[in-house]
Amino acid sequence: MSKPSLFVPLGVFALLAMLLAAGFGLDDPHHLPSALIGKPMPEFELVDVLNPDRVIRKEDLLGHVSLINVWATWCPNCVVEHPQFLEISRQGSIRVIGVNYHDDIEKAQQWLQKYENPYWVSVADTEGTLGIDLGVYGAPETFVMDAKGYIRYRHVGPVTRNVWLDTLLPVVDAVKREQVEQTAARG
Amino acid sequence: MLNRPFKSVAIICLLWSVSGAGFGAIDAYEFSDPQTQERYRILVDELRCPQCLNTNLAGSDSMIAKDLRREIHRLVQAGTSDAEVRQFMYERYGDFILYRPRVNKNTLLLWFGPLLLLALGLWLLHRFIFSKSKESGVDLSVEDQHRLHELLDDTENR
Repeated sequence: MSKPSLFVPLGVFALLAMLLAAGFGLDDPHHLPSALIGKPMPEFELVDVLNPDRVIRKEDLLGHVSLINVWATWCPNCVVEHPQFLEISRQGSIRVIGVNYHDDIEKAQQWLQKYENPYWVSVADTEGTLGIDLGVYGAPETFVMDAKGYIRYRHVGPVTRNVWLDTLLPVVDAVKREQVEQTAARG
Repeated sequence: MLNRPFKSVAIICLLWSVSGAGFGAIDAYEFSDPQTQERYRILVDELRCPQCLNTNLAGSDSMIAKDLRREIHRLVQAGTSDAEVRQFMYERYGDFILYRPRVNKNTLLLWFGPLLLLALGLWLLHRFIFSKSKESGVDLSVEDQHRLHELLDDTENR
């Protein structure tokens, strides 16, 4: 055997090790990368959970940096993240919009009464159509939308205090700063 | 004759394979014509359920899979082409939903990695064979060659 070929098994091992390291280093496979980042919030026409006579459209949400939180009464993690949304909402620095996903309006109303309502408005996505347009495949999920209605970030799973402080708040601050700069540049 | 345990396993496998055929039918959608129904069947078969990692839309009972089947039914009934339905899903759920991912910079390795490995294997094989044939052509001195011929003749004559 010629000498270089002695290193073939070592090379194969190294390649395999790198492949496995890369494979195991990937994020949780349940967290799909969002296809929607940087794209406009989808159009919709859904009723307000707390006032089913009122129709809410995408246009009603523009003009403010907002968190879009997909929630449901059947979703246990939505109860887990609920206090954090109450706190965010009380601080008042950002609007929290609820998308009540695949739910019953009455149950949703009771839920909001029982746990207190952190949402500026919650729209009733009873059939999950807005969910599909958002690329949602479960609840809870939370999106950061800028004032012009572009989706800037997506978080899958509950928004705990750590997620808010370490992940979402920096995104929100960056988006706000960017918008202040844009206004200044225009003025 | 098959022995009893083997037979029961075979029957279970057979039943299992038959039950799979019913998956797509659980929603009981109505179609305007058989072609549309066939398109629907193929689409829910080849698109992947976003929630369940390794099941297609047809095989999953999850809420999102039901929603997406309903959406595909609506789209095919409205005359949307297969490519447009795939694009609709791709825009919302990205590469993950396609069992046959598109060629882009993220999927290059996935598509061409096996070819690369094949090329590498062929190259190694080529080198291996080549080095073998070289080894057999060992340089022998005239005397040694002479001895070798004698030895070979010797054995052949025996």
